[in-house]
Amino acid sequence: MNGTGSVFKYGRDVDTDVIIPARHLNSSDPATLASHCMEDIDARFASMVQPGDFIVALENFGCGSSREHAPIAIKASGVACVIASSFARIFYRNAINIGLPIMECPEAAREANAGDRLEADYVTGLIVNATQGKRYQAQPFPPFMQGIIAAGGLMEYTRRAMQAARKPASETAAPTEAAAI
Amino acid sequence: MRMTMTQKILAAHAGLDHVDEGQLIEAKLDLVLGNDITAPVAIREFEKSGATKVFDPSKIALVPDHFAPNKDIKAAEQCKAMRGFAIDKGIEHYFEIGRMGIEHALIPESGLVLPGELVIGADSHTCTYGAVGAFSTGIGSTDMAAGMALGTAWFKVPGAIQVVLRGAPRGWVTGKDLILHLIGLIGVDGALYKSLEFGGPGVAALSMDERFTVANMAIEAGAKNGIFPVDEATRAWAASVSGRPYAVYAPDGDAVYERTIDIDLSTLEPTVAFPSLPSNTRTISAATGVQVDQVVIGSCTNGRIEDLRVAAAMLKGRRVSEKVRCIVFPATQKIYLQALREGLIEALVEAGAVVSTPTCGPCLGGHMGILAAGESAVATTNRNFVGRMGDPSSKVYLASPAVAAAAALEGRLVDPSSVLAAPERPPLAQAFAARSSL
Repeated sequence: MNGTGSVFKYGRDVDTDVIIPARHLNSSDPATLASHCMEDIDARFASMVQPGDFIVALENFGCGSSREHAPIAIKASGVACVIASSFARIFYRNAINIGLPIMECPEAAREANAGDRLEADYVTGLIVNATQGKRYQAQPFPPFMQGIIAAGGLMEYTRRAMQAARKPASETAAPTEAAAI
Repeated sequence: MRMTMTQKILAAHAGLDHVDEGQLIEAKLDLVLGNDITAPVAIREFEKSGATKVFDPSKIALVPDHFAPNKDIKAAEQCKAMRGFAIDKGIEHYFEIGRMGIEHALIPESGLVLPGELVIGADSHTCTYGAVGAFSTGIGSTDMAAGMALGTAWFKVPGAIQVVLRGAPRGWVTGKDLILHLIGLIGVDGALYKSLEFGGPGVAALSMDERFTVANMAIEAGAKNGIFPVDEATRAWAASVSGRPYAVYAPDGDAVYERTIDIDLSTLEPTVAFPSLPSNTRTISAATGVQVDQVVIGSCTNGRIEDLRVAAAMLKGRRVSEKVRCIVFPATQKIYLQALREGLIEALVEAGAVVSTPTCGPCLGGHMGILAAGESAVATTNRNFVGRMGDPSSKVYLASPAVAAAAALEGRLVDPSSVLAAPERPPLAQAFAARSSL
């Protein structure tokens, strides 16, 4: 799980109202949401972003509303990964649940500049800023969250759990997985 | 031992005797909530998972409150999708227009959350129910989908910040000023991933409506939940909304808190959050003079009966400034009806305010009160982010109903006591009932 791309850089407390303004929430179509992503703080974002690019921000990224439309808009815009000094908790949870890679790394977030080329390994947590020639180590996900990501998101995990519940425990390994939570 | 109130509720719902901060648990849900913006996404995920039925049709609540009554065709389609799902799955607590209220006022009022219960909602202000001593927290649509299918959700057990309240608020100061003060103190990520656990002798000085306001905005400090102890006022409230039995949890005497914040309620002043963060607070004396184009009184934060009593007491017999559009939206039909019976609606309309059906509309820039470029609003809502109520260059000032109503009269931010002498507490209710019956 690797990504390479350019940085779109933002400050602290980027809220979900600016990631995707509520006036566009009468749609939940990912492509529609992506076309308005970040428009209230960066009108160029939707037209400039390329598949594989990074959003890099400081503390408390994704604060405010619980709208899952925010990580959906970012993912559908082609962003490979969001790197921030810290994330608001609902956004953090939503990103994992829909399979948008996110990494908490204050040093990499602080030092990256707009346009820098980054490489990131989501499993090991290694971040390389190729433009500046610097390497950073982010916290890898706890094993539990890696499990959700490995299942392809929370719903696939849920689907497996429901399947497992329909079968006797001896027929499948899934209950063991579920019991570990 | 050594558990916070939140940790005790989580442990009980996970079937564990004890949990520690940072522990990952799977907990049983007493209620799963969604609205017309978040539920359609959840329903799509639910169906993709292959689920055919919900875990318990009596433990799911669906409320079309955000863009409803439908603001446009797309919004109508979203409400239709939610309504269809509710009918198909036999959801017992679907609230059609006419019974619909703003979810975080409606759910407690309907007796769907009681002390000690565990609620998740696909809306960040689900943390409101901590007011009654429940654990409740906002989640996204995918978590809602999984919750509807399984009746469980995973949580990382949070640590807590203890907020010890002393004294009683004075003058026009209410729970709104307390929570704005606290957010100003610790910042919009001051309680990130943590519980805000309120306690101390000052809790008794706060009405249930005020506790709802305080818990509602715990998320604006980044908190996972905000929670109040269960006292006589809570029990009386619970008895008034439901006959269901409930469990009362209290923190252990040796519960571990990351930090403790002491607040003397008698020292607080009316407080305003300036654009564009709820933490950007000033006391009213440092806020006076800001020009206002629109005043919004209502929302899941301050759309309850006491809030309307304050607004009506302030506006009764006076006129809203010709420069101001004053929009009042009671949070539920029951509150609306109560306000009608008390003469509050009449006082508001005679003063030149417009009174709307319950909706989240104006708070999030959805409909029923959008701001144009460069306009300013004083709102009793919960967020003042860039573009929250309309054009990205518009500005939102967050305040209590008293401050908002005074701004409606004067066309600018003023100390409400300069408009009307504050009533004596407690209780607010009686003081305002007396005035509104004049």
